[in-house]
This record gives sequence, structure tokens and C-alpha cells, in this order.
Amino acid sequence: MRPNDRSYLDSHEWAKLDGNIVTVGISDFAVEQLGELVYLDLPDTGSTFSEGEAFGEVESVKAVSDLNCPVAGEVVEVNSDLCDNLENLQNNPFEGGWLLKVKIDGNSLGDMLDLAAYEALVSSQS
Amino acid sequence: MYLAPVELLFEESRPGRRNWRTPGADRATATADLPAYMVREKAPALPELGELDLIRHFTRLSQKNYAISTNFYPLGSCTMKYNPVVNERIAADPQWYHLHPYQDDDTVQGALELMHDLAADLGEATGLPGVTLHPAAGAHGELTALMVLRAWLDDQGQNQRRTILIPDSAHGTNPASCTLAGFDVVTIKSNDRGLCAVRDLVEHLGDDTAGLMITNPSTLGLFEEDIVKICDLVHEAGGKVYMDGANFNAIMGITRPGDFGIDMMHLNLHKTFSTPHGGGGPGSGPICVTEELTKYLPTPSVVQGSEGFELSTPESSIGRVRGFHGNFMVLVRAYAYIKRLGAEGIKRVAENAVLNANYIRVKVNHHWRVPFDRICMHEFVARPTKAMRDKGIHTLDIAKRLIELGYHPPTVYFPLVVAEAIMVEPTETESKETLDGFIAALIQVAEEATAGEAFLHQTPRNMPVSRVDEAKAVKDPQLCFRCQ
Repeated sequence: MRPNDRSYLDSHEWAKLDGNIVTVGISDFAVEQLGELVYLDLPDTGSTFSEGEAFGEVESVKAVSDLNCPVAGEVVEVNSDLCDNLENLQNNPFEGGWLLKVKIDGNSLGDMLDLAAYEALVSSQS
Repeated sequence: MYLAPVELLFEESRPGRRNWRTPGADRATATADLPAYMVREKAPALPELGELDLIRHFTRLSQKNYAISTNFYPLGSCTMKYNPVVNERIAADPQWYHLHPYQDDDTVQGALELMHDLAADLGEATGLPGVTLHPAAGAHGELTALMVLRAWLDDQGQNQRRTILIPDSAHGTNPASCTLAGFDVVTIKSNDRGLCAVRDLVEHLGDDTAGLMITNPSTLGLFEEDIVKICDLVHEAGGKVYMDGANFNAIMGITRPGDFGIDMMHLNLHKTFSTPHGGGGPGSGPICVTEELTKYLPTPSVVQGSEGFELSTPESSIGRVRGFHGNFMVLVRAYAYIKRLGAEGIKRVAENAVLNANYIRVKVNHHWRVPFDRICMHEFVARPTKAMRDKGIHTLDIAKRLIELGYHPPTVYFPLVVAEAIMVEPTETESKETLDGFIAALIQVAEEATAGEAFLHQTPRNMPVSRVDEAKAVKDPQLCFRCQ
């Protein structure tokens, strides 16, 4: 079951808002489509990204994909243990497999998909 | 017995095992004339085997080879076509392979003439008259062309143009070559017909556009129907259009990239022009460019002077991209292929490649899901149906089952725009019987997958190694036998 407490991008990242801090990750569908993960590259704390900018990349046995930042802001925390424990991202993309926490100006997400819209997108792609 | 894995030479080694000794080749004699500092203290740790064991080792390895000369090889986007024996017969002439690149030009006129004529033929086939034969592979051709583009942009005072646009169905080499050449990459989406989306392209064109890299026919096996408009738009925006020629087999002799607006492209001689592919090839990726860009090509090129053929440096050459003249013996084979077929034969190659792909497509499209199910070029992309995926059968299982049935699997999980893709390219030289055999295998596997047969997850069951850990080599590479 995909959580209903966050928003999604059509490139399969999710964003969860808590005050002015947004936690960013990728969805179970992204993980499933990628197949077995082999490498994850995440930015350093303090990096800043604009909305839609690539903040890192994930590599699987099938492909290398950019990770797109759903919001503009500064990275305040990185789940850096994840890079050496890719099973955690593979098995638990919505909780333990989070990637970044980003501090945003303001306290709302931009134009993203809600769960129903994301579910519709996934079923059209699978 | 041949199913057993072959041990490594180091595993087969036994200390002191020899079959024969060369008289006088003992260590004391062999090193007598060398200064002491050049003599190694210990012999190198080479494997020690009897001659017969060595012969068996390599013969058994060779028997495990899967090649176009053993069976059908439908690897999409790779054009694993048959390499006619006549190519090898001609290339085996010592008058070619005993040449040395440092010989004087007047002693190698035949070799220079071959390169000159081959370049002219490739220029004619593509409609792009400036040709260099130097690049050693397709990706090397891409890089060379991007360097030519950079030189042209500099001459125009346009070096702020740093962005190359690439459709999302492209080969991974395209963005890699751009990055290596110092360009930034922006991805252009495909539309619902699997073609480059003109609307998305227009949105991304601007003052920073250096060019577009497009594969035509695309990796979905589809001809880019808007190609003339696409080229016009890029030209109006001030950029050039590069074509990845990996799929030229489908269109050669029928249309010419130079005529539909392409400025630069590479050809893979090891795909389209039947030179050996895979296993070290070596490859060859000549590039063909418009008249305007010819002066930037690498040095040297072969020109016809008053006293014969000679080497020359184009006016604003980007310099050397490879030693000497590229993979010359590969050029000989491609030349033999072109001369044997002639213009009419080249056209028939494309027609039969397209016919064979469409024959397989219409025979299997009721059993597999074919996302863009219309007349294709030389290859098509299919994927498992929803019923198969609901039973937990993935493309990987299908590919492994085809190995079990004796076929090299098609390309899988590429292009990335189709999830669980299977990409079939039969090439032109296969008989109807061979195609029918493969079609029967595809239909059989489709039925097994639809039934959700559990054994599909264990395939292949008749090979020395079944499923390998595909991620281990990346996560935990062991590059040295002794590291284990």
C-alpha cells in the first residue's frame, strides 16, 4: 500500500511535508522497475537544488536514473547510510529508504500528484 | 560432458608440468647477455600445463561460444548480421595484412585507394560527403562528431551553445559521449506513437542549443516521421543534427540522412556493413558530415592528388582521434561487402531486414504485447502481457527460457521507454525456416508465461550456470583471480 500522507512526481519521486522540511524518496514502483539496485549517489548536506533539478542518481542492473528534487531548497539531512545498505531502499522505499530532507521557503509543496493521481499514472505505465 | 564449467588455466596448473622444452632456453642461457638489473629474480607466475590440456581448455571454451555462425542471434539494436566468408577471403590476402602504416605513400597506393573509395561509398550512401574512417567504434564516432560540432560552434562565435537534446529512447552512448565532449544533455520525451515529440523539442530549443542527437530509425524500430521538420527546427534554432547510425541497416539504399536534413552521423561498420561484431571485433565507426563540416574532420584523410593517393590534413582539423588510419583490416571487409552487393544489393539488404522483422512481429503480436504495433523497420519491441506479469513472469525469465531453448535472447530492458522491453532484430540473412523456428519458440514461451509456469524462474536449466547474481560484479568486483 502506498502512503496517502505525501505527494508524488510523475518521475516517481515522493515528497512528504513536515513544517518547512520536506522528506524526499522514490516510490515502490520506481524500485520495482529499476530491479536490483547497485549504486546510489546522494548530494552533501548544504547543497541547494531548484525544483525539478537532478540531485543524484540511482543505478540498477538495468539502468541509471536521475533523481529529481520535487522542491526548491537546501539539503539539511541526507540518509547517507543508505548508499551502503541499498536493500533498505529496495525493501522499504517509503520509510527507512528516504533519501533527503530539504528545507524549503514557505510551508507547502508545489504542483505534485496526490495518491489517486499517482496510482492512475502507475497503472497506465505497468 | 561439455556442460561442465571449464576451469581457469590457473586452476588447471600443476607445478613443473611441461610437454616440451626448447633446447638452450634454460634460464642461465636466456639471460646471459642481459645486465643483472634487468634479470628478474623469480619466474613469472604463469600457469603450467601440458600441451594437450591447453588445447582442450581452449577448444572447450570455443565450443561454449554462441555466435551467428552457430545459431540465430536476434539481439535488437545490435545488427548481429552474418559476416560473409568472401570478406574474410579478401582480408586474408597478405598484401593487406603485411602492410605497415609507416611505409611510404607510394608503396601503399592500393590501401589508400581502398580507404578513399570506401569513404566515397559511405558518403554516397548517407548523402553526407565528408567522411573519416578513423573512429574505432560507434561511440568513438559520436565523440569525434561532437568535437567537430564544437570546432564549428567556436568558428561561429557560438561557444555558449552547450546543450545537446537527446530523445528518451536513445542509446546510452549518446548522453555519455556528450558528457565526455563537455556538453550538457537535455532529454526530449517520446510521444504516444513512440516518436520524438516535436512539441517537447520546440520547448527546449534556444540560444544554448548546440544540437540534437537522434537515432533514426529509433531504438523502437520506428522511422521518425517528422524528421525533416525536426531537422529544420534545430537548424532554425542555430544547432546541428547528429544521427546515431546504429539502425542504418533499415534504410540504406532507400533514403539518405543527408537528404532529410542530418548534418553528421556515424555508421557502425560492424553492424550495417557486416564486419565482425562482438568478441573484440574490432569495431569501426566512421562518421559522415556535410560539406560545410568536412574541414573539421580528423587528420589524416586520403585525397586523390596528381600523382596518386596521398594523406592530407583537413583545413581546420580537430586533430587525431586514433593512431594511423583506424581499424584498417575492418575497412577492407566493409569495402568487400559494399563492392559485392553494389547499390542494388545494399537496397535489398534493407528491404529484407525490414521484411524479416515485420514477419516475426505479425506472427507473435497476438501472443506478446507489442506497444507500437504498426509496420516497423528492421526491429520491433515487445513486452510480456498483463496476464503474464500478473503471474509474476518477467522479461528476464523469458530471456532465460529462450537460452534453454537454444536461442541467444533478444535485447531486454532496452529501450528504457518501454517497461520490460524485449527487442528483436532478425537481420536480412535469415531464412524463413530459421525465423519460423524462433517464432515457434516465442509462442511456446508466451504460452508457458501466460500459464504462470513456475519453472520459468529456474531457467536456464541446461547450462553450466543458471541465474547469476547480476549485481554482485558491480557491488563487489573481484578483478584478480588470486583475490578470491
